[in-house]
Amino acid sequence: MFDDFFIRALFAGIGIAFVTGPLGCFVVWRRLSYFGDTLAHSALLGVTMAYTLDLNIAISVFLISSVIALILIQLQKKTNLPGDALLGLLAHSSLAVGLVVIGFLTFIRFDIMGLLFGDILAVTTDDLLIIWTGGAVILLVLKLIWKPLFASTVNYELAEAEGLNPDRAKAIFTILMAAVIAISIKMVGLLLITGMLIIPAAMARNISDSPQKMVIFSIIGGLLSVVLGLYSSLEFNTPSGPSIIAASLVLFILSLFKIKQSIKLKN
Amino acid sequence: MSSENSTLVKLNNAGFKQNDKWLVEGVSLTVEKGKIVTLIGPNGSGKSTTAKIALGIYKNIEGSVEKYTNKVGYVPQKISIDWTLPLRVYDFMLLTENIKDEAIDEALTLTGVIHLKNKNLGNLSGGEFQRVLIARAISKKPELLVLDEPVQGVDYTGEIALYELIKRISDTLNCGILLISHDLHTVMTATDHVVCLNGHVCCSGSPMDVAKNNEYKSLFGEQASQILSVYEHKHDHVHSDEGEIKKN
Repeated sequence: MFDDFFIRALFAGIGIAFVTGPLGCFVVWRRLSYFGDTLAHSALLGVTMAYTLDLNIAISVFLISSVIALILIQLQKKTNLPGDALLGLLAHSSLAVGLVVIGFLTFIRFDIMGLLFGDILAVTTDDLLIIWTGGAVILLVLKLIWKPLFASTVNYELAEAEGLNPDRAKAIFTILMAAVIAISIKMVGLLLITGMLIIPAAMARNISDSPQKMVIFSIIGGLLSVVLGLYSSLEFNTPSGPSIIAASLVLFILSLFKIKQSIKLKN
Repeated sequence: MSSENSTLVKLNNAGFKQNDKWLVEGVSLTVEKGKIVTLIGPNGSGKSTTAKIALGIYKNIEGSVEKYTNKVGYVPQKISIDWTLPLRVYDFMLLTENIKDEAIDEALTLTGVIHLKNKNLGNLSGGEFQRVLIARAISKKPELLVLDEPVQGVDYTGEIALYELIKRISDTLNCGILLISHDLHTVMTATDHVVCLNGHVCCSGSPMDVAKNNEYKSLFGEQASQILSVYEHKHDHVHSDEGEIKKN
């Protein structure tokens, strides 16, 4: 019934949605959306490195994003610049450097649009393997650091005082962010990954009254967005990444009606 | 050796410097099991800083801290919670440790806020939130409780009931309490050891000793030393956490 590439894309998207759901909640709670953007922009450098050194794209992106995250932490310690300025500096300079490097690599034909916005045709069985095993590892690690990470998201000093080691949890979470971007860049593209993290989580916030519910709704929202987005991209011949994000936006708008209802009920 | 074993946290000449300014220095104190140590002092005298040193929140401190327990309950003075989090009182109770439902209910009942269990944390009043904070700290049955102005924003009758609760907890759980309070009445009645701070330790000792100290009098005024006499009389009734009167 479907072409093989579509099944692959569907499974890739579903795997990604399972991971971006919980991580996206933390991105929203910890106000890290611009941080996610920065890591995603730096992914372009990772892709060019993968092509020049003949590495796997996901591994290469993961390495570069981790390095950028480390540089950011160092810059925050050593300079007096505000966090958002540093993020902007790293995001745009790494994007620019990535594009400049591509300019030098004239012998390789880059699908820039595919890199920026994702390309379902590019998803291979190897990619599926990376998404599902990588995703499983990310979720497992997130489960292990959930308590300290969540407690320090609510209040850092409480977590620290009661012996939960929030600094370690934060460092591990940063690595998880780099990892989720690495496994999803081919599918959603580097300009839209943050959307995949934030929009389902934001939708879930509107209809949840507890953190667990928000994580579950965020996963469901992501899954629905992937399925709806991919089917409509097949139907209307639209690009896959943007279709998925557009679907998640529709879900977000629908969730706003639920807020309106609960406000009416309160009055 | 038995006194060594009952020590929960010990500060040796501890101090903390921020931007080249000492927030507090030269503090030595010991919190033991079943004992309440209270820090008093004017605003900016380093009470909260001392508590955070004892808790290990500050990393680059002068002197040393020896902590002998990991079962810690903390009620901070200021807590800013981001309301982008959907968080009910129940979720908050489970924040740092997985506690049994019965223990949660018990703690919330003791502080008189069991009816708020499924309310969103953001919808609580200041006093209600404070009671939840105390409930959370005691529900995990800690060995060391650090309470930084625990009853701020709580109404007067509730304040007394909560201090009585704190005293009871110290007795029943046999936990050590490091209490910060500006309420000299409480300090003088429910405390085993008082440390009077003003950037450094002004004086310390039993409440009686401290009340007689001249530095203490100059910090808090003559009136403060007369507080002890206020407590010479006896109550013929007590208030429950909801403020109802119970005859003795």
